[in-house]
Amino acid sequence: MAMISMTVNGKTHSAEAEGRTLLVEFLREKLHLTGTHVGCDTSQCGACTVHVNGQNVKACTMFAAEADGAEVTTIEGMANGDGSLNVMQQAFQDHHGLQCGFCTPGMVMSATKLLEENPKPSEQEIRDYLQGNICRCTGYHNIIKAILAASGQDMPAVAAE
Amino acid sequence: MPKDGGIGASSKRREDVRFLTGDGRYTDDINLAGQAHVHFLRSDVAHGRITSIDTSEAEAMPGVVRIFTGADFEAIGGIPCGWQITSRDGNVMQEPKHPVLAHGKVRHVGDPICAVVAETLGQARDAAEAIMVEIDELPAVIDMKKALSGDAPKVHDDLENNLCYDWGFVEENREAVDKAISEAAHVTTLELVNNRLVANPMEPRVAVGDWAKSTGDYTLYTTSQNPHVIRLLMGAFVLGIPEHKLRVVAPDVGGGFGTKIFHYAEEAFCTFAAKACRRPVKWTSTRSEAFMSDAHGRDHVTKIELALDAENNFTALRTLTHANMGAYLSTFAPSVPTWLHGTLMAGNYKTPLIYVNVKAVFTNTVPVDAYRGAGRPEATYQLERVIDKAARELGVDPVTLRRQNFITEFPYATPVAVEYDTGDYNATMDKLEEIGDFAGFEGRAEESKRRGKLRGLGINSYIEACGIAPSNLVGQLGARAGLYESATVRVNATGGLVVMTGSHSHGQGHETSFPQVISEMIGIPEDMVEIVHGDTATAPMGMGTYGSRSLAVGGSAMVRATEKIINKAKKIAAHLMEASEEDIELKDGQFSVAGTDKSVAWGDVTLAAYVPHNYPLEDIEPGLEETAFYDPANFTYPSGAYACEVELDPETGVVTIERFAAADDFGNVVNPMIVEGQVHGGIAQGIGQALLENCAYDENGQLVSATYMDYAMPRADNVPFMTVDHSCQTPCTHNPLGVKGCGEAGAIASPPTVVNAVIDALHRGGHTGIAHIDMPLTPQRVWAAMQGGSPEQGEGHGSAGARQLGA
Repeated sequence: MAMISMTVNGKTHSAEAEGRTLLVEFLREKLHLTGTHVGCDTSQCGACTVHVNGQNVKACTMFAAEADGAEVTTIEGMANGDGSLNVMQQAFQDHHGLQCGFCTPGMVMSATKLLEENPKPSEQEIRDYLQGNICRCTGYHNIIKAILAASGQDMPAVAAE
Repeated sequence: MPKDGGIGASSKRREDVRFLTGDGRYTDDINLAGQAHVHFLRSDVAHGRITSIDTSEAEAMPGVVRIFTGADFEAIGGIPCGWQITSRDGNVMQEPKHPVLAHGKVRHVGDPICAVVAETLGQARDAAEAIMVEIDELPAVIDMKKALSGDAPKVHDDLENNLCYDWGFVEENREAVDKAISEAAHVTTLELVNNRLVANPMEPRVAVGDWAKSTGDYTLYTTSQNPHVIRLLMGAFVLGIPEHKLRVVAPDVGGGFGTKIFHYAEEAFCTFAAKACRRPVKWTSTRSEAFMSDAHGRDHVTKIELALDAENNFTALRTLTHANMGAYLSTFAPSVPTWLHGTLMAGNYKTPLIYVNVKAVFTNTVPVDAYRGAGRPEATYQLERVIDKAARELGVDPVTLRRQNFITEFPYATPVAVEYDTGDYNATMDKLEEIGDFAGFEGRAEESKRRGKLRGLGINSYIEACGIAPSNLVGQLGARAGLYESATVRVNATGGLVVMTGSHSHGQGHETSFPQVISEMIGIPEDMVEIVHGDTATAPMGMGTYGSRSLAVGGSAMVRATEKIINKAKKIAAHLMEASEEDIELKDGQFSVAGTDKSVAWGDVTLAAYVPHNYPLEDIEPGLEETAFYDPANFTYPSGAYACEVELDPETGVVTIERFAAADDFGNVVNPMIVEGQVHGGIAQGIGQALLENCAYDENGQLVSATYMDYAMPRADNVPFMTVDHSCQTPCTHNPLGVKGCGEAGAIASPPTVVNAVIDALHRGGHTGIAHIDMPLTPQRVWAAMQGGSPEQGEGHGSAGARQLGA
């Protein structure tokens, strides 16, 4: 056991963890931030995506010890200061970009990072970027639509209905 | 102009706010004080006799609470099966025992042998590695046809053989069908595989068992689509716990797609172990575990023959299907290839004679049960592929051939024992031709050709059956359950309502769409209605959510209960306004007396019900709460037509979906946004089955696709934007909302659409010898077929097992 400290959503947290404890386990079990989900065990599904020192990280691929001293942002830290949904979250609700909600935190974290890196992505760029986030419910249609909307872009004609 | 509330409005989902902020409460988010963790040691061989289990070293390891083996469960029941099928010879199906932990033998990779309960999950896993299990490995049966041969090893020693049942439907039609086929002007034959799939909801299964020493009450938190069904099956048949001592809670559930209907051994284990260990016991499946313990889907091998007369009218249809049950019978497994498949074989067509024969087979594989569509995708796939092949053989347009044979008069009694109440298959086909821009296809095909690609257009018509019912009929068909749904509507004194429904939402959005219905009925804002579901302690006995039944059956129960509420409220309003009950009208949340300007508000009436000072106490009870159970008179029959355009790279065999259009008839629609989302998701799963997904076993029964590295889930770049339409609406005639159900349509109708498109592309590219390629149409399979690969790859001979091996 070692004492691990990190800043999560602007607050400093410390807790003991085994060497084998994954960042996602640390967040969920030690800090009770259960919005970050575990959907697989091979770093494929992206449900556990968080931001570590400004980078997109699948929290199941990083040991908690590796994040010692890091700045971490999880889905719980994404809403506006007054608690209302931020632009990306609101776009997901407006465009029905989620159904069961399990992949959603990871999707929002990845989509947010995408727009930081590429503020006006094309449909194809969004699809390529989201390869590491699996959704089983939506067929991605409304997720892509939501991200286009959050970036201030219109839908291509074929999907405008 | 779109409505902004009530039935027909695309109300935004209220549940989204918690899911978007990390505030959802899924089962794995639940941790109980003093909880221990269980890890299951699972078989790594497909078939074998357990000769010894030595847990002594493991038991001494740090944190271990207790280690359980099959012997600990000898005194209790096995996991039950909820549907009994009767074979053609009149015998009931062979039904093996399904122990909670394997006892004597292991029968598939993933069969649980030992359960290690420890303080932490890490300690449980560490200890499991120290358990010594000796297994005498036996030859495994994987291939269904080999499993039925006389010398095949038996999956269950105490059964006669590996044949679960041999079902004929409708048996009385058999001779007439044989005769019609032998005398037909043309017969098109196709052999095909409906590939084994894994449902893969993104949330893996979780169970947390709890037991209160002082009261003897059990609570199970579980990832279920139907908590009441789990309470009944596990309580009555496995653990012997009466329902009033057992509470089952299914909180936020991260997708189901069928695989969370069933009662699983892990749920029973955690409930049992909570008492045995005197502390809560939690299990969270890993994804790898999910692949080898969640019930799989599909896995049918079918030969289908379609007979036509000289005018291209369908005259008879005959099928022989081998359906894989896996090693044990999962909860509803026997019903999927029979009543959910055979009854759909008429499709949208007026074929007068149909005979369906299904042989269900035990193999050393994970149990197979319902997956999105369940039997109906298998029926649609065969039918729509053989019709496409017939059109090609006869040189007629596939749309024309379908239209010529469409059922056009309703109600229509099929030769496979069901009666379609409404539909308009030409209307959805007309709509499809428009939204799919069929007129522009040749131009797009030319453009593709200039880039060296082959473009193909695939079409499909489908019929689905939702809300399987009525209970007395399904009882005759072998169901060991009723198929009604329930709702309790509780009106509070200040006018707000709480609806406790037996339906369960795991992505479908009931919390939003159900209030829209009540809002429409009473004329109050949607946010005055709250939906409670997923807890046997609050909701009345209900059968849960699957088979697109929530709104058609559960919504109908809610409507019936709300009608009772309104009737009683009108009596109260009549008293308050000193008017006759018959003259009371309810509109926009106001009760008024017809022909006068007298009115009282909804809230005045609800307050009077709970503060009954001025109240007809001699005639009616105080309070405003009603329950209804709704048992449908018939299935509902959504239908529609789908089109897909693919582009095929002849150099590599890579297929991409360029356009996808769906014209569905779901009857009335409550929330169009949610309905469209359901169709999008279903289509993506269907594209996954057609192009990507395959659950594969090797010849020894090793599951070789047990992670997302090996099982190809559709990702964002595998699917296109889809054009979906539900403007063709023929309302259901027998439920109060006129709704039909939309959850499975996409998954049912899209696989044949995609395969038809690929075959079309190949034929346009001159590969006219390729009649069929089995799903998934991977680049390897498509390319091999283009190189003139063996007929086994193209025509569908061979066995299920052999054809699951990748190539």
